[in-house]
Amino acid sequence: MSTFKEDSAYDMPHIGLSNETIDGDIATLNLGPTHPATHGIFQNILQVDGEKILSSEQTVGYIHRAFEKLAERRPYNQITPITDRLNYCSSPINNIGWHMTVEKLIGAEVPKRVDYMRVIVMELARIADHLICNSVIGVDTGALTGFTYLFQEREKIYELYEEICGARLTTNVGRIGGFERDFSPEFHRKLEDFFRTFPKVFNEFDSLLSRNRIFMDRTRGAGPITVERALNYGFVGPNLRAAGLDYDVRVMNPYSSYEDFDFSIPVGVAGDTYDRFMVRQEEIRQSLKIIEQAWKNLPEGSYKADIPEFYLPPKEEVYNNMEALIYHFKIVMGETPIPAGEVYHSVEGGNGELGYYLISDGGRSPYRLQFRRPCFIYYQAYPEMIIGQTISDAVLTLSSMNVIAGELDA
Amino acid sequence: MENKLTNEGVAAQIQSQFGAAVVSVDMPYDMLTMEIAADRMHDVIEWIRLDAELQIGFLTLLGGVHYPNDKGREFAMVYHLHSWTNNFRIRLKAFLPAENPSIATLTDLYDGANWMERETYDFFGIQFDGHPNLVRILNEDSMDYFPMRKEYHLEDATREDKDDRYFGR
Repeated sequence: MSTFKEDSAYDMPHIGLSNETIDGDIATLNLGPTHPATHGIFQNILQVDGEKILSSEQTVGYIHRAFEKLAERRPYNQITPITDRLNYCSSPINNIGWHMTVEKLIGAEVPKRVDYMRVIVMELARIADHLICNSVIGVDTGALTGFTYLFQEREKIYELYEEICGARLTTNVGRIGGFERDFSPEFHRKLEDFFRTFPKVFNEFDSLLSRNRIFMDRTRGAGPITVERALNYGFVGPNLRAAGLDYDVRVMNPYSSYEDFDFSIPVGVAGDTYDRFMVRQEEIRQSLKIIEQAWKNLPEGSYKADIPEFYLPPKEEVYNNMEALIYHFKIVMGETPIPAGEVYHSVEGGNGELGYYLISDGGRSPYRLQFRRPCFIYYQAYPEMIIGQTISDAVLTLSSMNVIAGELDA
Repeated sequence: MENKLTNEGVAAQIQSQFGAAVVSVDMPYDMLTMEIAADRMHDVIEWIRLDAELQIGFLTLLGGVHYPNDKGREFAMVYHLHSWTNNFRIRLKAFLPAENPSIATLTDLYDGANWMERETYDFFGIQFDGHPNLVRILNEDSMDYFPMRKEYHLEDATREDKDDRYFGR
């Protein structure tokens, strides 16, 4: 019975549930904050009539870590680990996006080889991100097999990260100006191995789900959104493309030499869970295509830009060379002069346009750093997408939107 | 994608439409940045969205900045908008006084502005007139200050074991 209005447990300013019911027999259901089907810490207080959702109130902020405040006290190179923890399914994209923002501010030019190396790493991250999302959609429809199977391949991507930077999840990959070291022979061997096994495994996964009658019946029409509503809500990335608009930062505002590569942007029609799934599937294939091109045509040259004021010198030089020691000291102590100015830079993250709005007053830390976190902006549309749907569709919608709590809550 | 609009052209169009409401025009790092009088911001954003040529109709980002030493202009509201048809980005700023930091909401134009404005309220205490539900979003409801304001230091100011003077802070 609907007694929640009088219930003081819900006496919280941010939660206002409506009193409208269909037949006066509605229940209130807490989906989250910690619930195995939400894949992250989100609370949704649903009003349900049987299985049908009448309204939803969201609470976010459970893992807010004050990144923007933290960034105002850290030197620029120490902000990279913060970006790891935004969308932690595709940390390298966040790291590299941040490096490029700072490079834009200081006016650094990076060699072509760095661009291509970055493209390889970022596209690997995109594959890892989409693999998680799509295999979890499988899990939420009851198909665990694909998830466990694909995670073997994701493990290979993580080993590739490890080969580049030593870390796996929160990668902190690269530096302002490039990478800390060149791709090792072992990296190339592992990438070759990945290319040998991954497409086969991925196609198997695809054949398990994409045209599977049960999967299609479950996902088609679940959590749809029209392209107009999606635009109004600030959707970007695969979720927007599933609704039918081909906006992609890699094409619209190419960065890191994306204009050199031949790839296409998949778009959906209905904006429902099935289309979101299919768009991500195709994006994985396109990412593979990009990696292949970048890897085959990897230009000769340096793996770092020539910006000694910002790029840590090799340790043996620090011990034997005065300039190197000075640069080392200044970088570590955050004493490098930074130009004053403001820049906005965006990259196509796992979830769409990931932006960095940076204001520098010339101090050791940013005066203000604001992240455009795609999740935070598009997750507002969630109630609208699930009202009138069933609870099981709501779970699917949440996982197919790829809402990552770290990015949502900053 | 080709870019038909130029920074100068768009600035001139907005200036001819809004006249004195445009306080200043700047192009840091080649991005058109215009300061708009706070009371006309909503109109400008609505106009550049509906104008048949500009079609700047995607709200990329909005947020606040705190300049505590700038008397009468303590808070800045910064809007990033993007025209996908023309591939043109613009940054609009409005400055608000500390006594009454308030500006018209954009929720009537963009549903996506809802949470971004709540977040800005949550962290800076900027009021959005006409917002349907202006309450805290990431912080706890009972919090009684706005943490992104510059007077709130990240670390406890009473700490004595760390002397930041040696580190140029």
